Amino acid sequence: MSALSALGSATAPRPAGDTARAVGGRKITPFLLLLPGVAWLILFFIIPMVQLFTVSLQSNFPGYPGYYYRDVNFGNYWRAWTEFAPHFGRSLLFAGIATFLAFLLAYPLAYAMAFKAGRWRNVMIIAVIAPFFTSFILRTVAWRQILADNGFIASTLNRANLLPGGHITETWVAVVAGLTYNFLPFMVLPIYASLERADARVIEAGGDLYANGFTTFRTVTLPMSMPGVLAGTLLTFIPAAGDYVNAELLGSDKSTKMVGNVIESQFFRVLDGFPTAAALSFTLMAIILALVFVYVRKFGTEDLL
Amino acid sequence: MGIFSKTDASFREAKGDLVLENVTKRFGDFAAVDDLSLVVPRGSFFALLGPSGCGKTTTLRMVAGLEQPTSGRILIGDTDLTGSRPYQRPVNTVFQSYALFPHLNVRDNVAFGPKRRGVPNAMALADEALKLVEMDHLAARKPALMSGGQQQRVAVARALVNQPEVLLLDEPLGALDLKLRRQMQVELKRIQTDVGLTFIHVTHDQEEAMTMADTVAVMNAGRIEQMGSPARLYDLPSTAFVANFLGQANMLDVTVEGSDGDWLVLKKGPKTLRALKRRAAVQAGRVAYGVRPEKLVLHETEPTDIPRNHNVAGPGTLVDVSFSGVSTQYIVDVPGMATASVFEQNLDVEPVSARPGDQVWLTWDEGHAFVVGGGEHLTDGVVIEDTP
Repeated sequence: MSALSALGSATAPRPAGDTARAVGGRKITPFLLLLPGVAWLILFFIIPMVQLFTVSLQSNFPGYPGYYYRDVNFGNYWRAWTEFAPHFGRSLLFAGIATFLAFLLAYPLAYAMAFKAGRWRNVMIIAVIAPFFTSFILRTVAWRQILADNGFIASTLNRANLLPGGHITETWVAVVAGLTYNFLPFMVLPIYASLERADARVIEAGGDLYANGFTTFRTVTLPMSMPGVLAGTLLTFIPAAGDYVNAELLGSDKSTKMVGNVIESQFFRVLDGFPTAAALSFTLMAIILALVFVYVRKFGTEDLL
Repeated sequence: MGIFSKTDASFREAKGDLVLENVTKRFGDFAAVDDLSLVVPRGSFFALLGPSGCGKTTTLRMVAGLEQPTSGRILIGDTDLTGSRPYQRPVNTVFQSYALFPHLNVRDNVAFGPKRRGVPNAMALADEALKLVEMDHLAARKPALMSGGQQQRVAVARALVNQPEVLLLDEPLGALDLKLRRQMQVELKRIQTDVGLTFIHVTHDQEEAMTMADTVAVMNAGRIEQMGSPARLYDLPSTAFVANFLGQANMLDVTVEGSDGDWLVLKKGPKTLRALKRRAAVQAGRVAYGVRPEKLVLHETEPTDIPRNHNVAGPGTLVDVSFSGVSTQYIVDVPGMATASVFEQNLDVEPVSARPGDQVWLTWDEGHAFVVGGGEHLTDGVVIEDTP
């Protein structure tokens, strides 16, 4: 008998314990343990979702602005899709560009933190996380100063005649820059975690098996960090697509507004806007879910570790 | 080539014995490998044996190109590999943790090397290598779904498929349980005989090194203590470290008194001992006198008819008896000499009736004794067995 067959029998999955014994009380325990989580989900996820969905189908009470009655009015969705299609487009486009830029910035940073930083590693991690200690809004306002017309960047570019239009703020460039900046840590940290977890020996094995530095990166390091890249892109893209602060503070009044801005104004500033805002929210959620589904199917993690 | 450095191809075509010339590797002030020189003949199974931290893995990594020596040269045949990158060397490694690519299935893992070298039938080669290690039926699996032993086989196939000039094995069996380890030892030896490549096997398991290798180099503190065939190292160690690290040894702190023909005469207090001069690594001053446990014979009554060149110690007290099937180990405390370990083969049904506390005597053929330097270093290299 070869060692292999011994191996086979030694490692064959054993039948899971005595299932026959798991009767009565034992069967209930797992459900009891699940109960708090399920209750939490029902209370804070399912009920609000159902509520939001019913709102998205309500109709205005004619003659009484701000009053609604329960209805199955899909016109709200139609209105949301037709009237605000450009905003959906911008949200996805800006979030997509910001995600891509964040990836380009985050990967080298995460790589350096994981493999090159040595004793500076913790300092770098703190530097990545530290901005969270200040308000998201304040940091975005700070970017308004940085990108302002009389700020260093804009004035330098203007002097060199490299800035068509003369402004950075009030343009989509500023919005994308703000999105990239604000969600960068969500890209860096998962990529760093996956690189840091990667066995250095596996990367060495690439070199040992005739792959030079670049080929090893392309065929070993990068694929091994794909779960982190996947998590990072999702954590960046999803909130960026729903964001309205950056477009509000860094963008212009009209041409850079995203879906988030529309939802915000429909909810808080437009009388009779509740059903439309709810329909917009649901539509955005559906689009993002569909995109994430396709994306995860394509670059799925189930066969990555 | 001209004035430029050699191309990848010329490194990869290097053939011949592996030569290490005065190789030193320092990490800060610490010399992990200290002026090490050795020649590994082409096609041999060579074991680097030593306790953890002795520099054996660093040596291996320098051969692989994963570390560069601080000084010295590494050659295969006439080709100087020093300074070349790992991917340029005709050397492949089976890593201790196997280091399989987690994102690739078994076949792609094995085909990785041939693909990088642009071999046209990489997949066919991979399948062939997997057959050699009897893993072809799991070619489509991901490494994470396999046991340690299976991953170990894939790691061997992944290195072997490249037909390297030198195959490096870094404690490849360390993670396996005892029984599987013994089986894999036999299989690795078979594979080495089949493919005829140079294998360098790094291990801290002296039994593994002795069963597998043609030549064993015992390393300690960055240096090679002794190198030779397993039988030679066991029978005639040249230092106390080697005597203790390879199997067990009964060692006595003695002083050289003089000589008598072929024999060296030694004193342990009032007791006179003798050893053959050709079996004495050091022949003057304070030395260590060693006898292997299986060379000692236990007597329950005082032996009267002692053959020529045999010596007697005793009476001593039997301290412990442990029966292990094939043999029985006795621990005997001989006052004024040592606490000795004795192995007796269990040739009879009731081999020995002696019980702990009984008086016993020991005899041995002094032709089996060996002498190494440094009576004050009796316990160098003593291994506390971590019984699996």
